[in-house]
Amino acid sequence: MKLLGKLDWSAIPLDQPIPLIASAVAGGAVVAVLVYAWAKGWWPYIWHEWITSVDHKRIGVMYIILAALMLLRGFADAVMMRSQQALALHGAQGYLPPEHYDQVFSAHGTIMIFFGGMPFVIGLMNYVVPLQLGVRDVAFPTWNNTGFWLTATGALLVNLSLAVGEFARTGWLPYPPLSELAYSPGVGVDYYLWALQISGVGTLSTGINLVTTILKMRAPGMSYLRMPIFCWTSLASNLLIVAAFPILTATLAMLTLDRYMGFHFFTNDAGGNPMMFVNLIWAWGHPEVYILILPCFGIFSEIFSTFSSKPLFGYRSMVMATMFICIVSFLVWLHHFFTMGAGGDVNAAFGIATSIIAVGTGVKVYNWIFTMYGGRVRLSVPMLWALGFVATFVIGGMTGVMLAVPPADFILHNSLFLVAHFHNVIIGGVIFGCFAGYEYWFPKAFGFRLHEGWGRIAFWLTLLGFIATFMPLYIVGMEGMTRRLQHVDNPLWDPWILLAGFGTIIIFLGVASQIVQLVVSIRMREQLRDVTGDPWDGRTLEWVTPSPPPTFNFPVLHDVHGEDAYWGMKRAAIAQERLYEEPDYKPIEMPRNSPTGFITAFFASIMGFSLIWHIWWLVALAFVGAYATFVVFAWRDEDEYEIPAEEVARIDRERRAARGPEWLASMGPQA
Amino acid sequence: MKGFPLKLMGFAAAAALLPALSACSHQGILDSAGPVSAGERTILLNSTVIMLAIVIPTIVAALGFAWWYRADRPKGRYRPDWAYSGRVELVVWSIPILVILFLAGVIWVGSHQLDPYTPLESEKRTRPLEVQVVSLDWKWLFIYPEQGVATVNMLVLPTGVPVHFSLTSASVMNVFFVHRLGSMIYTMNGMVSQLNLQADKPGDYYGQSAQFSGDGFSDMNFVTHAVPPTQFNAWIAAHKGKGPALDEAAYAQLSKQGVVKQPIIFGTAAPGLFDRIAQQKIAPQPGPQEGRPEPQVSPRTAQ
Repeated sequence: MKLLGKLDWSAIPLDQPIPLIASAVAGGAVVAVLVYAWAKGWWPYIWHEWITSVDHKRIGVMYIILAALMLLRGFADAVMMRSQQALALHGAQGYLPPEHYDQVFSAHGTIMIFFGGMPFVIGLMNYVVPLQLGVRDVAFPTWNNTGFWLTATGALLVNLSLAVGEFARTGWLPYPPLSELAYSPGVGVDYYLWALQISGVGTLSTGINLVTTILKMRAPGMSYLRMPIFCWTSLASNLLIVAAFPILTATLAMLTLDRYMGFHFFTNDAGGNPMMFVNLIWAWGHPEVYILILPCFGIFSEIFSTFSSKPLFGYRSMVMATMFICIVSFLVWLHHFFTMGAGGDVNAAFGIATSIIAVGTGVKVYNWIFTMYGGRVRLSVPMLWALGFVATFVIGGMTGVMLAVPPADFILHNSLFLVAHFHNVIIGGVIFGCFAGYEYWFPKAFGFRLHEGWGRIAFWLTLLGFIATFMPLYIVGMEGMTRRLQHVDNPLWDPWILLAGFGTIIIFLGVASQIVQLVVSIRMREQLRDVTGDPWDGRTLEWVTPSPPPTFNFPVLHDVHGEDAYWGMKRAAIAQERLYEEPDYKPIEMPRNSPTGFITAFFASIMGFSLIWHIWWLVALAFVGAYATFVVFAWRDEDEYEIPAEEVARIDRERRAARGPEWLASMGPQA
Repeated sequence: MKGFPLKLMGFAAAAALLPALSACSHQGILDSAGPVSAGERTILLNSTVIMLAIVIPTIVAALGFAWWYRADRPKGRYRPDWAYSGRVELVVWSIPILVILFLAGVIWVGSHQLDPYTPLESEKRTRPLEVQVVSLDWKWLFIYPEQGVATVNMLVLPTGVPVHFSLTSASVMNVFFVHRLGSMIYTMNGMVSQLNLQADKPGDYYGQSAQFSGDGFSDMNFVTHAVPPTQFNAWIAAHKGKGPALDEAAYAQLSKQGVVKQPIIFGTAAPGLFDRIAQQKIAPQPGPQEGRPEPQVSPRTAQ
């Protein structure tokens, strides 16, 4: 037995310049950042205030930083795919050989969904939900931190595959038998499996954590039907996580058993059934897209209401539509394989179930429109993303219903029309939603706004780039082009592929503008400073507290008397021309920071890596390490510390001072 | 500047819709060359029109309301507390429900009429032509069991005659797809799927795999020649019994991973070969022997 399992020098792709240079640059950048932080003496701060923090706000920010980095990585893959296709026309082979191109599109899908979209959405929920509920933290703060670091472990493993070994060459959902050992003997699929299993534990723990938080920890008086709509959509999304992610875990575990221990769940031979994998993976996969989009619907609802200076139209209708989508999303997965020959009855039933989801979504769109009716619509950057979302998302929804009609799917399945459809809803819905939420809550998190001008530029470039990239893909799909082609042999498709490649350049400029916006905003933070904690004339409880909020979120827990809790308080204050009476400040107990999550994830990373390379002794060692960390944590004596009443009072008085009569007078168009 | 963003966004939405509507080239999925494709085209266009009827007004309303009530130059009255209206709610729920009810009828009827397994009604009551399809890494094998002829990466069909395909895979999943003839269907090892198509117009139609199947996937294309029945018979007669034979040895050669640059025609095909592949009496095609990009299996070094 070799000491390092399957690992040897041939795992480093010395003969392939692209991954080698890319991983060298990425690795160099990481090392440079670490060294720079060390030289500046920032490490104690980073360790105590961020890495080990159990504050849901810090964890939320870390999730979003991870998501932003992974979105960039996934976007780099996207640029490679579009440029490869644009260069591989008329018999040309482009610059990416098939065995590399296959990894690029597999990594693109995996990273964008699991490490771009999911952490962004989870980060926003983590940050905002406890604030909107008017509470001080989530139900399980240390577990929250652990969940984040396990997600980061998954992201690390996926990116490590660039430099050591290879990534899956199967597509983002590794359909067997292609993903079985017989047809994918390399470590690529193993990287995929262990990255997703480890980060899946993190996602599931977030789901349980947020469901518990929303169900059990709300401000006094906040009944279910007084919760902000974002909390409702987060609840629906996290219920879906709790219900769906175990299916993913079980399915991937079965594939893992096939690959590692010679089982035959999905193999061609010995009674295995590859169709069962397809069935199971979509039983998770379809709810997954609603896990991503539902919180974004909530973000847009908050933005439409806040920037129209009106309550959300049809709040109860919106709650019903959300829960309707949450349930029906579990009943539609078969539409991903209409073309496997299930027969007319089955296909029709799932086709109809799928299009029924459009009822819930349609209701939401109309309610957003009627929220603007009779309002005072401020076209700030978050509102631009929201309007851009409605204008593009309904088209994506329409093409989705087209694909839900089985006879239409028989000619559109796996075509670039499908690719255009899901990018239309994922970019137009999830990414626009995340960017809208980022613009909207950034002042809350950091105490200054993002630069408006660069925000507008980023929005318009992204929107136009998105249209220029994906509308051609709809067309080329209508012309019969299928997905995942490394080179293209049909001259009919050439102009559209070139146009899509051009669109990618515009998106690139949009991405760059977004980065410029962040840099410019940080440099101009004094001009963009918001001292009131309520820069948008908000309506929900997160705008009560200062920006950035203190560790304990709220000096006193507020009594909630209706929907839009903060709006009611603000109206009362404006009417009485003063804030409510200064409360009686009490000391607050907060959970202690803990390195448990980071150390667990450290061992989990080693364990995942050694499982991938079959280094069994290290697997055992790392597992013992992770388990020991958990035991040490479970046996801790002190888990809370006290913030004295004077400190609470000092922070709250500062906030009250910033919200003087002038501020009250400036609030609301009718004030 | 303030009014400009919404107009621009409306333009952008229109720009998004127009090309999708005008995507009628001369060789797309809408240019049907057979009854299945024609039926699917009808359903696709019907459902699109049904939905556009509400999608376009919705986009216009969304941008229009934002424009009408924009904060700096509002045209409508401010109703800061207007958040519920039973009548609006009724309409808001009814519109999508009615549309989906209508669409559900289209889905139910269409799914049954155009089910790939349903035999096609032929006007002349001709017996369907049987074609057996085997997807291999990375090429298509077509066997004409009644004619005793087989081809690789080339499909010849008589026009006006219904064709009944039986499909299986020698290794991983693939999808058989000739987009101008209509429906696609998965091929899977150890299973036989079925598909009924018919070509009415003579012509050469692009065929491909629609399910990623490995490194050589992009070269899994074939041309479908739809020719008049007399010409089809002449083609069979010209090749029957001539050229290479498709027996177990030839099949074993085909089974090696790799792509085929030129179509192959086998003048004889061993009877029962398809069934033996589908029933796994011939073992599934082997995959690559080593992990990392293995030069022997890279399509760049094709057979």
